[in-house]
Amino acid sequence: MKEEKIATRESYGKTLIELGKENERIVVLDADLAGATKTNLFAKEYPNRFFDIGIAEANMLGIAAGLATCGKVAYASTFAMFAAGRGYDQIRNSICYPKLNVKICATHAGITVGEDGATHQMLEDFSLMRTLPNMTVISPSDDTQTKWIIREISKIEGPVYVRLARLATPIIYEENQKFEIGKAIQIGKGIEGTVFATGVTVSEAIKAQEELKTQGIDIRVVDVHTIKPLDRDIVIKCAKETKKLVSVEDHSIIGGLGSAISEILTEEYPAKLERIGMKDSFGKSGKAEELMEYFGLTSKAIVEKFQR
Amino acid sequence: MSVVLEKLDIQELEKKARKIREDIIEEVYSAKSGHPGGSLSIADILTVLYFREMNINSKNPSWEDRDRFVLSKGHCSPALYSCLANRGFFPVEDLKTFRNINSYLQGHPDKNKVPGVDMTTGSLGQGLSVANGMAIAGKMDKKDYRVYCVLGDGEIEEGQIWEAAMAANKYKLDNLCVIVDNNNLQIDGTIEEVMSSYPIDEKFRSFGFQVINIDGHDMEEIIKAFEVAENVKGKPTCIIAKTIKGKGVTFMENQAGWHGKAPNEEQYNQAISEMRQRGQV
Repeated sequence: MKEEKIATRESYGKTLIELGKENERIVVLDADLAGATKTNLFAKEYPNRFFDIGIAEANMLGIAAGLATCGKVAYASTFAMFAAGRGYDQIRNSICYPKLNVKICATHAGITVGEDGATHQMLEDFSLMRTLPNMTVISPSDDTQTKWIIREISKIEGPVYVRLARLATPIIYEENQKFEIGKAIQIGKGIEGTVFATGVTVSEAIKAQEELKTQGIDIRVVDVHTIKPLDRDIVIKCAKETKKLVSVEDHSIIGGLGSAISEILTEEYPAKLERIGMKDSFGKSGKAEELMEYFGLTSKAIVEKFQR
Repeated sequence: MSVVLEKLDIQELEKKARKIREDIIEEVYSAKSGHPGGSLSIADILTVLYFREMNINSKNPSWEDRDRFVLSKGHCSPALYSCLANRGFFPVEDLKTFRNINSYLQGHPDKNKVPGVDMTTGSLGQGLSVANGMAIAGKMDKKDYRVYCVLGDGEIEEGQIWEAAMAANKYKLDNLCVIVDNNNLQIDGTIEEVMSSYPIDEKFRSFGFQVINIDGHDMEEIIKAFEVAENVKGKPTCIIAKTIKGKGVTFMENQAGWHGKAPNEEQYNQAISEMRQRGQV
């Protein structure tokens, strides 16, 4: 893990420019948040393929669907709250059911939105998006992974939800790291425990892993970048090989990563899982790092799970 | 076009519309469910679109240069299916399988199951946004196709319609033609009683549309409105079609109760014989 930090929304914006050059079918839509979602980078390069639909997320998603019926690969961005929340019915009925090629790249997910507070901190999007048939749900953890996934999803037919963050987090992977949709990344081989993490919490899990190592506790981290389809094999493997299972996410513990892992464990290999995440509560204003501390989503909270 | 030819055309269209109406009743009667009222109110408009206006190919339903049609008020699928079947997209006898568990003819249109359906609809308020996307794509790709979108007068109570109307204006979608089926009835009563969307024409005009008011059961007016729409430049068109819910079946006309109800055997026989008699006049 490097010292250098970058927000996955930045990585998204930069990758869109390259993708736009390579693939003329790419179109990008935004709902008056282009500066924040970083689609403004694409807009500058390709103004004729960029559509600012204004503060009308439902309409943006519908227009994206219409463009997709005509062969365009539509990347639609706004804050996660207004994509998965405001636009749920449109995503379900106009995008997922007809299986249209719309890539919903939602930024500012989770409490790491920070100062804007609870109304803007989307904590239920995994839950809402992963129940939708035909939907693929992705939650990249760093710059390298985001660059990969933004390209990768242009190659698959059908809807994808990508959850991106406002907060700058460390670069975890080397440029040549190989990724595959649906295949989680195991970091370390410790058998004392497994931390399943996703998005902004992966770097926290790695920090916890390093801290625990100094205390003689060797755990592994699993970066679950694909929330759906979730990597069943790695969940079962880690349940068999390690003594304790913990999940950590900047999302409600109801319906998110922890729930998805529990579903697999229940069916395949019953094991106890401790879930770290937002515990059936809304967020609040504050700096992102302060909020992670406040709600117990940091490496410290993970370390404590293994010290008891 | 000579006057005589035009008149013949209209007569043929009227005959076709009677067949479309009969099939709507067949579908809803066979399914023992469905939405006859609104299907009958758009039957004439859809007949003109499918048998005169739209450039489509039943042998190649996904032909990329085709005109597009979005039935935003998706519950009126019986009218759309009836037009598609009679236009050769699939067998007319399949209409009797409407809403059946083994049928591809879903209660609401499904673009991946039914040949000729350009967009999946059902959740009201979403179709105009999709039609915008199709029209924008047409302009990007320098295609000549036109996009038609039928909305209900109750449906336009949905806020997304007005988001979409704003966008159609921003992108100057003169290849887009919206038709509002103004039958003045929604499930809970009249439009005025439930949540008035009036004045519909002034609303669309103020949203930047070319607005045309017509009688939605007068073939000549429908044809003329589409001709005007095709020649409008720099802005979208909205045709407000004054219609009668349940049009063509006397006991269903102007009855909100026939929004989503199938006729029983006696009512079915009455409806069919009434329509056939009218055809012989």
